[in-house]
Amino acid sequence: MPTDVPTHAAGVLRLADSTWTDASIKLGNSLGAIAGFLGVLLVVFFAAGRAKGRLTRPLAVAVLLGPAALLLAVGLVVPLVRTVFLSFHGDDSTRFVGGRNYGWAFTTPGIHDVLLTTLLWLVVAPLAATGLGLVLALLVDRMRGQAVYKSLIFMPMAVSLVGASIIWKFVYEARDPSQPQIGLLSQLAVSLGWEHPPNWILEQPLNNFLLMAVMVWVQTGFAMVVLSAAIKAIPDEITEAARLDGATGFQLFRSVTVPMIRTTLVVVLTTVMITTLKAFDIVRTMTGGNFGTQVLANEMYSQSFVQFDVGRGSALAVILFLAVTPLVAYNIVQLRKERSVR
Amino acid sequence: MTPIPTATGRHRRLSAAWAVLALALTAACSNSSGSSGAQAEASPLTGDCAKYQAYAGHAGTKVTMYASILSPESDSLEKSWAEFSSCTGIKITYEGSNDFESQLPVRVAGGNAPDFAIIPQPGLLAQMVKSGKVVKPPAQTVANQDKWSPVWKTYGSVNGTFYAAPMSANMKSLVWYSPKAFKQAGYQVPKTWAEMMALSDRIAASGTTRPWCGGIGSGTATGWPATDWLEEVVLGSYGGEVYDQWVSHKVKFSDEKITTAMGTVAGWMQNPAWVNGGIGDVKSIATTTFQDAGAPILTGKCAMLQQASFYRAQWPKGTSIAPDGDIFAFHLPAVSPTVSSPVVGGGEFLAAFAGRPEVQAVQNYLSSSDWASSRVKVSSGWVSANQGVDKSLYTDPIDRISADALTDPAATFRFDASDLMPAAVGAGAEWKAFTAWFAEGQAIPKVAADIDAAWPQ
Repeated sequence: MPTDVPTHAAGVLRLADSTWTDASIKLGNSLGAIAGFLGVLLVVFFAAGRAKGRLTRPLAVAVLLGPAALLLAVGLVVPLVRTVFLSFHGDDSTRFVGGRNYGWAFTTPGIHDVLLTTLLWLVVAPLAATGLGLVLALLVDRMRGQAVYKSLIFMPMAVSLVGASIIWKFVYEARDPSQPQIGLLSQLAVSLGWEHPPNWILEQPLNNFLLMAVMVWVQTGFAMVVLSAAIKAIPDEITEAARLDGATGFQLFRSVTVPMIRTTLVVVLTTVMITTLKAFDIVRTMTGGNFGTQVLANEMYSQSFVQFDVGRGSALAVILFLAVTPLVAYNIVQLRKERSVR
Repeated sequence: MTPIPTATGRHRRLSAAWAVLALALTAACSNSSGSSGAQAEASPLTGDCAKYQAYAGHAGTKVTMYASILSPESDSLEKSWAEFSSCTGIKITYEGSNDFESQLPVRVAGGNAPDFAIIPQPGLLAQMVKSGKVVKPPAQTVANQDKWSPVWKTYGSVNGTFYAAPMSANMKSLVWYSPKAFKQAGYQVPKTWAEMMALSDRIAASGTTRPWCGGIGSGTATGWPATDWLEEVVLGSYGGEVYDQWVSHKVKFSDEKITTAMGTVAGWMQNPAWVNGGIGDVKSIATTTFQDAGAPILTGKCAMLQQASFYRAQWPKGTSIAPDGDIFAFHLPAVSPTVSSPVVGGGEFLAAFAGRPEVQAVQNYLSSSDWASSRVKVSSGWVSANQGVDKSLYTDPIDRISADALTDPAATFRFDASDLMPAAVGAGAEWKAFTAWFAEGQAIPKVAADIDAAWPQ
């Protein structure tokens, strides 16, 4: 490699050879793929447009629904069937073992604890996030400059769960009392006169709630924004009528606001619940599932990809799927109800 | 498209669609023609590059490598093949990840395997071979293997078939300490286990310094340093035979021999008066990363840390590592005097997931003594058990201790046990149970039973 050409231009030119060829090939491939896709679409639409008589309707249905159905099949149905299939097989998916993996999931004490912790998450985190979101929606709506507060509260939503976990990991960092504390929570405790604050992340069951705090921190903004919109959609006449009837603030909230936004509340609650059930990033980043904080989604991951027991991992995935399904179904029903009200 | 198009209009639209398709096909083909065009005739390499003639003929090609080695260690690795790369024109794209152990199977199963993975665990290698994606090494790589002692070939083999050549070897049985601090306090480097325990008591009594530091945090691999401590004690107490039986589960974790060894570990690394200098109590070992664990030695908060030879790379720049410097290491003594120089070691194996000619060229080069010597020259903190490496190349005394121990015929050498056990144990239950052992103070029989229960039937 020539070392006697120190200019930046030389550096760029040296890069050029392989990098530019590579880039142009990749660009060509991408453009080709897009063009090919458009070409196929053109042909399909053209064929659909030319169709006459009895063929028109089925063809239109096929053209419009086909791609979505295909993607659903490839992305959801096939993996689902495969996961169910794998869950009845052994660790390397070659032997059929019947329901042994499910038996293991429900009888092993370690997995028992995992299921209980997941249940705890499912109850506490969504309720806390929705409740907090509702309170904030009510409070912030009456403030001046609410847009600023709302964006601030909504901001964590833009942080990935892994990013949020790393931020909070620093908050919970604990050091020996003889050393300067670098964790916000420990320093706060020390400042308030607590000489020996615990190593937060190790304290059971406190650590589970500390982990949930991350989920609540991220999800509260979402709950607040959606609920605030629902509250604003309540017709002024109803509120005024209630006031004329002599309703106080809390009565107004209990008898008018909450019933009027009930479907929205349920939708928000179930949406956060679904996110909570799937949450594994927080646990994986903060404790790796150690110290009694393991949840179903993370256990599924470590069974499949750390311990290479695909059968057990799949069984856990199926359990997780079965747990999410009723929530999703209920969520959809409520969403439809809300839409029909409008 | 509901209005009925004229004949010419229809024709034009159809031809446009065909043109688009044709374009897509040409673009798709250009990829393959691009890479085959790069394998032009090999022109003879001259000057400094002449020694790479055997690997020539692949200019403009690229191979990808994935491993758990992070900067600054990975920088040295990249430097070691920089000349090879620029002479042969094979670009090696390196990617290091803290989550390598869990991400590699995901990438391989997802059809996104790297060309090479540097696998530090024979157990993980076996799992990868099971996936059917590991490509057998070329003849030259196999031939290069004769520079390593035969035991290494068995560690790079699965069911008797050789798949991955070792790249590096490391010695785990070291204790890091500060010679300056020892000299100041008048401590002697212990020669036996009993001396080491007595020294620990003496340091603890001094009041200002805890004898031991420790940290077992390591991302998804949290817990592995604790498994090392047990391995040292098992090998140092009972020798190689029991150790091998333990690895194959003929001796269970709940066996009295192993629970006794766990008791020895508890008396050593879970002694509240002995740990965890400058960081916290016994439990803090579970939340301290192994990278951070040794730092308090430099500030005199703790005196010793049991960690492998590769821990050399964790000390901050400017730390003098020498028999009379800030930091040095001694060979961890055997628990039982009847065991001759026990050495628990590890190593990294280069597995290939592609058989392209440039991949094989890199594989051949990285298994040669030339590359090993080149890596030794780049920086210290790296040891090979390759007999072709001139030992005078090692500039660092730690590396020389390790190289001598790893090639010493009298030593009782064994590969890291958790790396040899099935992944469900070595990368799952054992890490998890040991983390709970340290973090929650669980009783030894329960820890042992938890691990035994996870052993695949």
